Amino acid sequence: MQARIRRRYAQERNFRLMGLAALSIAIGFLLFLMATVIASGWTSFVQTRVLVPVTLSPERLGVTAEAVKADPALLRRANFQGVVSDSVEQAFRTDVGIVSDGAWLAVREAVEEDPGLIGQTTEMWLITTSNLDQLAKGRIDLEAGEADRPVSDAEVAVWRKLSAEGKLEKGLNGTFLTSADSVDPELAGIWGALKGSFLTLVVTLLISFPVGVLAAIYLEEFAAKNRWTDIIEVSINNLAAVPSIIFGLLGLAVFLNTLNMPRSAPIVGGLTLALMTLPVIVIASRAAIKAVPPSIRDAALGIGASRVQVVTHHVLPLALPGMLTGTILGMARALGETAPLLMIGMRAFLTSVPQGFTQPATALPVQIFIWSDNVSRGFVEKTSGAIIVLLVFLLTINSLAIYLRNRFEVRW
Amino acid sequence: MSVGLALAMLLLLGGGGYLLGRQRGVAFVASEGTSVGAVHSRPGYHGAFVAILALLPAAALLVAWALLGEGLIAREVLAGLPAGAVGPSELDREAFLSEVRGLVRGDYAAAFNPNAEAAAAAWKVAARRYGLVFGLGALALGAVGALWGWSRLTPQFRARTRVERMTMILLVVASLVAILTTFGIVASLVFESFRFFQMVSPVEFLFGTQWSPQTAIRADQVGSSGAFGAVPLFWGTVFIGAIIAMVVAIPLGLMTAIYLTQYAAPEFRKVAKPVLEVLAGVPTVVYGFFAALTVAPAVRDFAISIGISNASSESALAAGLVMGVMIIPFVSSMADDALTAVPRSMRDGSLAMGATPSETIRRVLIPAALPGIVGGVLLAVSRAIGETMIVVMAAGLAANLTLNPFDSVTTVTAQIVALLTGDQEFDSAKTLSAFALGLVLFLVTLALNIYALAVVKKYREAYD
Amino acid sequence: MNDMALTATAPAAAAETTLKMTARDVRVFYGEFEAIKGVSIDVSKEDVTAFIGPSGCGKSTFLRCLNRMNDTVAAARVTGDIRLDGQDIYSPEMDVVQLRARVGMVFQKPNPFPKSIYENVAYGPRIHGLARSKADMDVVVEKSLRRAGLWDEVKDRLGDSGTALSGGQQQRLCIARAIAVNPEVILMDEPASALDPIATAKIEELIDDLRGRYAIVIVTHNMQQAARVSQKTAFFHLGTLVEYGDTREIFTNPKETRTKDYITGRYG
Repeated sequence: MQARIRRRYAQERNFRLMGLAALSIAIGFLLFLMATVIASGWTSFVQTRVLVPVTLSPERLGVTAEAVKADPALLRRANFQGVVSDSVEQAFRTDVGIVSDGAWLAVREAVEEDPGLIGQTTEMWLITTSNLDQLAKGRIDLEAGEADRPVSDAEVAVWRKLSAEGKLEKGLNGTFLTSADSVDPELAGIWGALKGSFLTLVVTLLISFPVGVLAAIYLEEFAAKNRWTDIIEVSINNLAAVPSIIFGLLGLAVFLNTLNMPRSAPIVGGLTLALMTLPVIVIASRAAIKAVPPSIRDAALGIGASRVQVVTHHVLPLALPGMLTGTILGMARALGETAPLLMIGMRAFLTSVPQGFTQPATALPVQIFIWSDNVSRGFVEKTSGAIIVLLVFLLTINSLAIYLRNRFEVRW
Repeated sequence: MSVGLALAMLLLLGGGGYLLGRQRGVAFVASEGTSVGAVHSRPGYHGAFVAILALLPAAALLVAWALLGEGLIAREVLAGLPAGAVGPSELDREAFLSEVRGLVRGDYAAAFNPNAEAAAAAWKVAARRYGLVFGLGALALGAVGALWGWSRLTPQFRARTRVERMTMILLVVASLVAILTTFGIVASLVFESFRFFQMVSPVEFLFGTQWSPQTAIRADQVGSSGAFGAVPLFWGTVFIGAIIAMVVAIPLGLMTAIYLTQYAAPEFRKVAKPVLEVLAGVPTVVYGFFAALTVAPAVRDFAISIGISNASSESALAAGLVMGVMIIPFVSSMADDALTAVPRSMRDGSLAMGATPSETIRRVLIPAALPGIVGGVLLAVSRAIGETMIVVMAAGLAANLTLNPFDSVTTVTAQIVALLTGDQEFDSAKTLSAFALGLVLFLVTLALNIYALAVVKKYREAYD
Repeated sequence: MNDMALTATAPAAAAETTLKMTARDVRVFYGEFEAIKGVSIDVSKEDVTAFIGPSGCGKSTFLRCLNRMNDTVAAARVTGDIRLDGQDIYSPEMDVVQLRARVGMVFQKPNPFPKSIYENVAYGPRIHGLARSKADMDVVVEKSLRRAGLWDEVKDRLGDSGTALSGGQQQRLCIARAIAVNPEVILMDEPASALDPIATAKIEELIDDLRGRYAIVIVTHNMQQAARVSQKTAFFHLGTLVEYGDTREIFTNPKETRTKDYITGRYG
């Protein structure tokens, strides 16, 4: 008997431990995922620069300081690429790529600010190539043989020399946060994708919030119970569980192929995501409306408010926090959604920031997907960097929803 | 006419109408008094009534302009061109017009077609003229509507009732959007699938075991050499989503729910549940990246270490494992609901007989909550087989009919993405097959959802 | 039974009282179920009329017919004829919103809006446009709160939430809210059933104060309360009006055995 009880207690303990283990595995996985992403991504916010004495000869540039002072637009056509490659050649005398193909942009900016630099030699910190950047960040396994790593021995030698001479520095990577996609990892940024996501979500919000709230009000407050409202109910509940890629197919077939709307545009992405988010908002809003006690409605009706007034004066203000929480959570889901956007072509390689709702754009999760396909070492870091930004946004949005829920939740 | 101008015009009409009507309402109150029933509606409703009557016709005309205006301008521009300036075919005309539009918008600096510059100038003139006509027309129509509405106002006029009736119409329209979406999904999937099944027999699609749509790249090859037997895809989807992922998610999710509902202290629960919610909120593309970058190589190395030489770096196991983790919070929260719905008296009865908590959970709680848990698991399966990004990034595109979890398999969703990204001709069997796959996916998830929701609902009612 | 109800009504329509509302052969159906089976009754302007009867007898349902609150119940169907000052309240010309302003209602559970005390009272006058200015509104709010006997308790905290008051105060706030739109009739559906004895006494006092200014109909399951506050009493049973007459008469000398049985506590 004693032995039996001991065995049963052991079983009890094991069972309990199994539960804790399961929870720990789930949470541990989350921590591991976060840690991996942060470890491989934080360096995308850092950029390696190299000190180069840049000789801005008017001959090579094709413009003089005086001409530029008279007409600054001339700089747009000046040969900064040539100047930079000459200067680098002059300074380091090597075939190895040292500065990025886009480094000349910084030089042009400097000259735009001070045209007096033309004709002089100025020391400037220029963006390095992605390979040097990765070397400086210690992302390259130097133990591996030359064939097994993405950088050549010559590049390693240049890096060792430059860093010994103190000609390399690391600083905040403004490029990553302010530019759009690029073929070169050191020039690629997330701003284009971020703005694309923003434009898309604006459309999503503008459509799904009013339509969702109005539909919820109708179903909860006015709709008679009949076959039509049953069909609407069933539609909404099922739409909430339809795989997101199906919405992408809908967007492709209806918005692009039938209505001939522009491909890859935030307006189409926003519409598609709006249809996907709509049931989420309707369901959350209905729950919020249901939570308003019927006695409030009776009270207002009893002194002669019309049913529409009951809703606009009493039910809606009381249900609004719940509706907003649901909407924010729906928006968070839409922000992280990738598959439907792939279907409507928002995966284009775009090197410029989208300027409007009808221009080709991409979105942050899609950008992550595009970069994740890229084998270049520099893009692995950028992908993780973009994920960090996305997760920060999502966490902020979700915290806002939780705050709203706790702040305005009314208990009856 | 720009969108901004149109909106400003509508704002002007609506605002003006509102003020006019409201003023009339105020005058009624001044003459009739404030007792109940002296004036039927408050001044604001008189205002809203007039505003709606001003806005509706004007907005209708502006919408008509947005839809038809371009065509009207194009016709006029084409008519004004010298004969033979544009090729006779529809395609020539379209190309020419799109160039003209580009010039008008300023997208192009110079024209390719010599006539285009002149046409662009003519376009601008026509656009301005039509814009003026439609704009003034909308203004006039709005003014007429406002005046008519205004003339109907009397102290006993039921403005509130009318405005509320129009509000109701708006509400009904909003709730119809859901039906329209469902209809749109079904219609577009069925329509495109129908076109696909005209090229490929449904029997071959549903029961064929060869999937290689990639060979049908050129138009003259369509249907001739591409193979559209989708069984390997269905198998891959089931293998990853319904088997591997569930092997991970069901025990972990269930045990998590048991621990949180039965053992954990309330404070711990308060912390752990939001963490699980974060896990559920991580975008799938992040899971996909993680699966491809970290899990897949680890799985491959593991496979090699146990002696599987041809282990692929894209494996069913890697995708399934990560998908399983993704589903854990979902299973856990469904199981949580099911377990907490079991009446406390059942649990107490078992404990009072001297059973340990774990015995109570295994012998009483889980059997009692089983329908709820099963319903939740079915919903989780439906979610897993519809999941796209993880499989696109980690499972690969090779359509293998294999039982080996270290092998690469492909799924319905991964194939849809592969078939529809990049350049597409919209009537090739290759792109249309994506819609047929979408239709199958839609129907299967729909059936799972309806069944699972019914099970869960019945279960909840049983304990209510 | 109907005949009896009608004959019972006849003496109530005595010459010295003025009729405010009349109901003739009112029936209410919930789907197939007939909840009210042909009730006819007159409500006089000067009196407090009490509806008594065992729970489920239809007294609350009938009360809600008098200001068409049953309209909000989709399944309910009302037939018969109910008139307010001779005007058919179920006719299409009658605007239900105006009707409810003229026939106010106080509910079983106090249900103030989750807004300030001031806003609770001001809401009715505002939607009906009864005040021309803020100063007007202040006057209306004060007058209503005074009449409801709540002014002295809340005058310094009109901005506080109505839900922060005690149960009895909440109910008096609801009465003030109903008074604020200047109704002709006030319907009270067991207004004191959720309150403690002291709060109940205050409500009863208030009802007595309001008598004469408004026609008052009160539903109560408390016979002592009916005896205390009302001048006319109607006894409902199983959807029919069993007996209607002067309160004193009903309680001392009921004509019907069922009334007698109920009053003496044989069932209920």
